[in-house]
Amino acid sequence: MPIIWTKYFMNWPAAPNAVNKLIDMKQILIFIRKEFAHVLRDRKTLLILFGMPIVQILIFGFALTSEVKDARIVIMDQAKDAASKQIISKIAASNYFEIDKTVRNSQEMKEALKQGEIRLAVIFPANFYDDLVHQNEARIQIIADAIDPNNATTLTSYINSIVQDYQMDFNKTNNIPYRITPELRFLYNPELKGAPNYVPGVMALVLMLVCVMMTAVSIVKEKETGTMEILLVSPFSPFKVIIAKAVPYLLLSLINVVSILLLSVFVLDLPINGSVLLLFAESILFIITCLTIGIFISVKTNTMQVAMLISLMGMMLPTILFSGFMFPIENMPVPLQIISNIIPAKWYYIMVKDIMIKGLGFGAIWKETLILAAITMVMLIISLKSFKIRLS
Amino acid sequence: MSEAVIKTEKLTKRFGDFIAANEITFEVDKGEIFGFLGANGAGKTTAMRMLCGLSTPSSGKATIAGFDVYKQTEQIKKSIGYMSQKFSLYEDLTVLENIKFFGGIYGLTNQQIKTKSEELINHLGLQQEAKKLVVSLPLGWKQKLSFSAAILHEPKIVFLDEPTGGVDPVTRRQFWDLIYDAADRGVTIFVTTHYMDEAEYCNRISIMVDGVIKALDTPRNLKDTFHANNMDEVFYELARGAKRGE
Repeated sequence: MPIIWTKYFMNWPAAPNAVNKLIDMKQILIFIRKEFAHVLRDRKTLLILFGMPIVQILIFGFALTSEVKDARIVIMDQAKDAASKQIISKIAASNYFEIDKTVRNSQEMKEALKQGEIRLAVIFPANFYDDLVHQNEARIQIIADAIDPNNATTLTSYINSIVQDYQMDFNKTNNIPYRITPELRFLYNPELKGAPNYVPGVMALVLMLVCVMMTAVSIVKEKETGTMEILLVSPFSPFKVIIAKAVPYLLLSLINVVSILLLSVFVLDLPINGSVLLLFAESILFIITCLTIGIFISVKTNTMQVAMLISLMGMMLPTILFSGFMFPIENMPVPLQIISNIIPAKWYYIMVKDIMIKGLGFGAIWKETLILAAITMVMLIISLKSFKIRLS
Repeated sequence: MSEAVIKTEKLTKRFGDFIAANEITFEVDKGEIFGFLGANGAGKTTAMRMLCGLSTPSSGKATIAGFDVYKQTEQIKKSIGYMSQKFSLYEDLTVLENIKFFGGIYGLTNQQIKTKSEELINHLGLQQEAKKLVVSLPLGWKQKLSFSAAILHEPKIVFLDEPTGGVDPVTRRQFWDLIYDAADRGVTIFVTTHYMDEAEYCNRISIMVDGVIKALDTPRNLKDTFHANNMDEVFYELARGAKRGE
């Protein structure tokens, strides 16, 4: 009994502490409610917050896709034999091409390409079928408008696969194997759809922008209007200000994740192959990373414009350049490859791709998770420290 | 018998070689309206920040409502109210929401907040505007509301940093009525201002020049000492020797 008594006695200061904590929680909730009021009353913020992800997904998913449909091409058929006609009808039947016209000579072809609306020309030399049958090898010339190199590559690969398709049919009916070229296979994205690449990229980009910019701006706004001073003089501690600022944007960003995923599943026909739970867990980690960066920016800046500019320039550009979703990192010079490692979006992008498209589990991405968590910790320590330095 | 709620002794703040506030010593009594005057750059804001617990003094002593400015800043923050020269309520919240928010972060209960806000709205005659966004109120109203929010949690002392900047004389007069009300209820008022007519409303004033308190007395005594007709002349007499400007 006496032991229990002392224990009870020793513990009693814990009771008022718990009451204090309760008041703390209430204060934070009041603050969070206020933050929501700010966001929900500002139509512009709302529009940016929820409109941007939708617009970006649709733009990246449809407009900026590398998938090409109905590219206008011209055909110069000098052979006019069975083989060339069959290939031409195959091309005409595909969704990718629309045969604009058939030209008779190279002069006409050049003119057509110069107009700029023709993306590609396919030329069958005379004796196409004869060459194929008698010499076991025939040639097709493909001339692509390479002003847009990606587009040109995509289109030539489409033509290539149509020709191979024909070749296979041809070899089936004839027992002697004619020229066999290595088969091109597009893993995970056999139709060369744009969406698989863009959805994870847009997710990283949108979360980065929303979290970093919104948090930074909302804190700097309090500095600019003078309310921050009032908060600092009040018993509400700066640490709580940060928590109360971060929570609403974490929740709002999760709504963004949901809306992006819904769009990608139902509008872009891109299923989530892996665990949705894991995807959300990694997203929360990435959102927290972004929030800490936003807080850091808000500590270092004093006006909303500067905060917004730094968030946009400092976050969007590196994210687009170094996350690997627009430009392959493997092709960059080594120094840039090294720099790309400190871009949080890179790791998130890799993880989302692995979970969503390849359907991999945590075992495959624990390394990336660890790296992202480490970046978050470092950012958190730096921003909390600089927040304190500013106060004294 | 009066009790001092603000006590400072040789309070000093240095930023490197620069001494922003140099050995400031004064006392302010409970319920007193204390005017804290000085030209721009004289060190008023620095001194005030130290008293509010926002900035740690380099040396000297000070207690606010009996709490030490070095060790007990948390208790100080609970016992004071603060209103800055910038208008500092949330413009995109309604009058009521602002009151709720500031009451909330000072830890008032819902019941307290409810009675307080009714009281305040009736007192200021804001019944019509209670549910309107603050942004739609005229500046004079905003200032009054700001002040009322600063004393919502019944602080012992309220610090006002140039509270009437940019406000017309009539509204200023009304604002001072609120200040007198609060002082009558025993709230100590610590106010900085650039308006010398406002200085006359204070019980006592101090005039700071180049980080040092050059004069401290009632307005009447100051005028007598400097053989001046009004506070303008007193202030000019003291401040023209200032080396620091903006």
